[in-house]
Amino acid sequence: MNDDHALKNPQMEFRLFVGRMLFAMLVVLVMAGVLVGRYYYLQVVRYDGLTTLSDRNRVLVEPVPPTRGLIYDRNGVLLADNRSSFNLSIVVERAGELEELIAELDELIGVSDSEKKRFYKQLDRRRRPYEPVPLRLDLNEKEQGVLAVNEYHLPGVEVTVQLLRDYPLGRETAHVLGYVGRINDREIQGLDPVRYSGTLVTGKTGLEKKYEDELLGEVGYQTVETNARSRVMQQLERTDPVPGKDLHLYLDSRLQQLAYESLQGERGAVVAIEIATGGVLAMASAPTFDANEFVTGISFDHYDELLNSPDRPLFDRVLQGQYPPGSTVKPIFGLAALESGVIRSSYKIDDPGFYQLKNEERKFRDWKKGGHGNSISLYDAIVQSCDTFFYDVGVKMTIDTLSLYGSYFGLGEKTGLDMPTERAGIMPSRAWKKGARGLAWYPGDTVNASIGQGFSLVTPMQLAEATARLASRGEVRPPQLVRKQHALMPPVNIIQASEANWDYVHKAMQDVVHNVRGTAQKINRGLNYHMAGKTGTAQVIGIKQDEEYDAELVAKRNRDHALFIAFAPVENPKIAVSVIVENGEQGSSAAAPVARQIIDAYMKYYPEALADITGQQSLRAAGGQ
Amino acid sequence: MSQGDFVRQLDSGSSAIYGAPSHWHKIHMDLPLLLLLMVLAGAGLFILYSASGQSAHYVNRQLSYYGVGLLVMLITAQIPTRFLERWAIIPYIGGVTLLVGVLFFGIGAKGAQRWLEIGGFRFQPSEILKIAVPLMLTSYLARRPLPPSFKHVFFSLIFIAIPPLLVVLQPDLGTAILIAVSGFFVLFLAGLPKRYLGFALLAAVVVLPLMWLYGLRDYQRQRILTMFDPEADKLGAGWNIIQSTIAIGSGGVDGKGWMRGTQSQLDFLPESHTDFIIAVLAEEFGLIGVLLLMTLFLLIIVRCVMISLRAQSMFGRLLAGSLTLTFFVYIFVNMGMVSGILPVVGVPLPFMSYGGTSIVTLMLGFGMLMSVSTERKRPG
Repeated sequence: MNDDHALKNPQMEFRLFVGRMLFAMLVVLVMAGVLVGRYYYLQVVRYDGLTTLSDRNRVLVEPVPPTRGLIYDRNGVLLADNRSSFNLSIVVERAGELEELIAELDELIGVSDSEKKRFYKQLDRRRRPYEPVPLRLDLNEKEQGVLAVNEYHLPGVEVTVQLLRDYPLGRETAHVLGYVGRINDREIQGLDPVRYSGTLVTGKTGLEKKYEDELLGEVGYQTVETNARSRVMQQLERTDPVPGKDLHLYLDSRLQQLAYESLQGERGAVVAIEIATGGVLAMASAPTFDANEFVTGISFDHYDELLNSPDRPLFDRVLQGQYPPGSTVKPIFGLAALESGVIRSSYKIDDPGFYQLKNEERKFRDWKKGGHGNSISLYDAIVQSCDTFFYDVGVKMTIDTLSLYGSYFGLGEKTGLDMPTERAGIMPSRAWKKGARGLAWYPGDTVNASIGQGFSLVTPMQLAEATARLASRGEVRPPQLVRKQHALMPPVNIIQASEANWDYVHKAMQDVVHNVRGTAQKINRGLNYHMAGKTGTAQVIGIKQDEEYDAELVAKRNRDHALFIAFAPVENPKIAVSVIVENGEQGSSAAAPVARQIIDAYMKYYPEALADITGQQSLRAAGGQ
Repeated sequence: MSQGDFVRQLDSGSSAIYGAPSHWHKIHMDLPLLLLLMVLAGAGLFILYSASGQSAHYVNRQLSYYGVGLLVMLITAQIPTRFLERWAIIPYIGGVTLLVGVLFFGIGAKGAQRWLEIGGFRFQPSEILKIAVPLMLTSYLARRPLPPSFKHVFFSLIFIAIPPLLVVLQPDLGTAILIAVSGFFVLFLAGLPKRYLGFALLAAVVVLPLMWLYGLRDYQRQRILTMFDPEADKLGAGWNIIQSTIAIGSGGVDGKGWMRGTQSQLDFLPESHTDFIIAVLAEEFGLIGVLLLMTLFLLIIVRCVMISLRAQSMFGRLLAGSLTLTFFVYIFVNMGMVSGILPVVGVPLPFMSYGGTSIVTLMLGFGMLMSVSTERKRPG
């Protein structure tokens, strides 16, 4: 027993304790009163206001996104579809240890680094508690199964259904249709927030972008009871969305696929136009990519790979690629020479293999060493693709006539195709050179321009369009991808030229293919209709004076581009085609067979194109003259 | 029920004094308190079923926690108060040692180390101190002449201060304050002179601003600021308070009905089955439900106060009194934070919130109260 204990006074201590205890009880009652007062204040005084908030909390007006319009080819083949996709999201608040959960998911279904990166990036953005953050879009059936089986020990993991764009011909239509992708921070500012409420994607390129307005549709609304995770528990009211309009294209998916097949392994472009309508039957830019990858969100690595590939698969060569047209302009300038009266059809030159301007040393070479011989007419010059003839006639016409006729055929101008972006190419002129280069026009420039070299640049679409104008004897119909509902418009303009001159040029172009001396005669075997064409070779690098050009020694990337334009049947042209094979060297061997395949297929699929002219002319004679 | 008449005449508490033990007395149970606790536990399960989204899993687990708690209470009640008084230092020293252990070997979540894992069993040592500190203080002061002298107050304050300081380092400010408060209640009930109380108030006025500036971490400051203006951060820290306030208020006087509270059933209410369960009750049973629960709590407190007043020793009185007041503090802090008059600290609502640690700790305390209720008068 210590001293302290000895001094205790039990009675006094008990009284002291009772006093303190009663005082404490008083405080307890007061504090309990404060609590009751607080609950009374909330539940009675603020009852109305908080009830409204509660209703607003659970009753939500939420947008119902419209289904995006579908895209069909001319025969009703579906090119852009919507399919249900199962997406994996995580409600972070329910997930416990996030890193562990993701590691576990990685074991189950494999989670890539870029998916993780994207997930954490989205997690950093401001969001509501219990809002699911997507980790993986578009789970396959096996992954769905694995997740369903393991769901019980994956807290916070949710699988939701969503409509996703699907391109059955993802690679063959990637450049034409473009693709949709998630709306990014930059795009969101330009979009109507009401129309896009509930819509996650927008057209990024191609027709998906150009026709975004029609494809999107009108948003609907539903009043729903939701929980805090925005999961709809019950639907109360609904205004249906208006689905986006479907697009019906002039495109023929068979020709489109064939175009890619025939370009297999090469870099280049193919365009086919239906002459009667200006409708684009096929437009291919190779190499290509799979548009479906962009819909679900392409991985950063793969995107880098596509972006930095020297073959530039993301680049749409049909509308963005600009190439010197080379000899493919010769029919146009030939017509110009006849029409402008600079020469008559009887005009002939002797070709020594080069051309010299008066008082100038410089030799402008013909592609054929030693020349094409004597007495070369315009017909010969087109069939054999004689450069010297066109140097001579071009200089006689002057650049002004060349660029005037060039522009008649749409060279150096955008075709106006219904696509979001297009380059104009260049049809050089005095004014253009002054403006773009600040230099005066020299006669040497005219020499180069007369065979489509020098400053001249065209896109494959332009070239096809120019070919269609040649084929239709001057009728101008802007090319078009999406079929218009209303009746076909008459041509907006007609290039004035005499029938005799059209006949002359058509005959020369026909013999490029059908005559034994024609530069594209290799492709005429077995041809049961008349095809008109013109080869072209576009120089990639300049060749110095007196330097021999040796294709073997020039690296593949520096080899000439091969070009070919064609239309058929000559008697009543239905289809116009342009083909460019990058570094293909010769139009005759690399590009012309591609055009033949496309036109052959067209004749097979649309036999009425030939039926029109049966009887007018004996087809057997078409084999070769 | 051969003794039925006898029991009816004398309540079980007074039966101890008269030395005519009932069956309940033999096993050191205070029947009224036991019954009140059972009713509370029953109500708790009832609300939990709705709050957990009709989860049989949660209800079964909670039921087993109650079972374990009941066992703990029964065992604790058998320990004579004299034994508790003599060995009070053991849980105190043990608890402090574990707290030090937490600082070095603790397992953390969200930037705080609060858990210890021994043999696959996780627990929070700070919970032990909620009982161990008042027990230690009671044991220390009960044998000293009261009111305590300056020397004894001084040592008491040291005993009170050590565990909360260790808990603050984890950091867990809320629990630290609750532990300190439970110890302080002993000092107060033991008759801490009024001048010390005045001094304590003055000290608080000086220390609180300094704490705000230097003692609190960002998230703690944020919690307190959030309480004053929950709208400032609607989707972040303020979300819990806004949603629980809406849940309570929209319950009105008579509530939306069991399992029909939209706030809780639709998951707007966070932590609805643990710390925020009172909001579910308030939403589904309205002010009437809140008042009934408050009445139940107060009845328990009154019964405990009666036990403390009837206790046979100063140790018994102080222990019963301080545990009772601590029990009320939990109720006040929880109901206060959920309704938005106190900052959000992780304090469960006794017997209502889901969770084994809380129930077992509480039952341990009530076991001690039961022991006090049946203690025998000590010689001299």
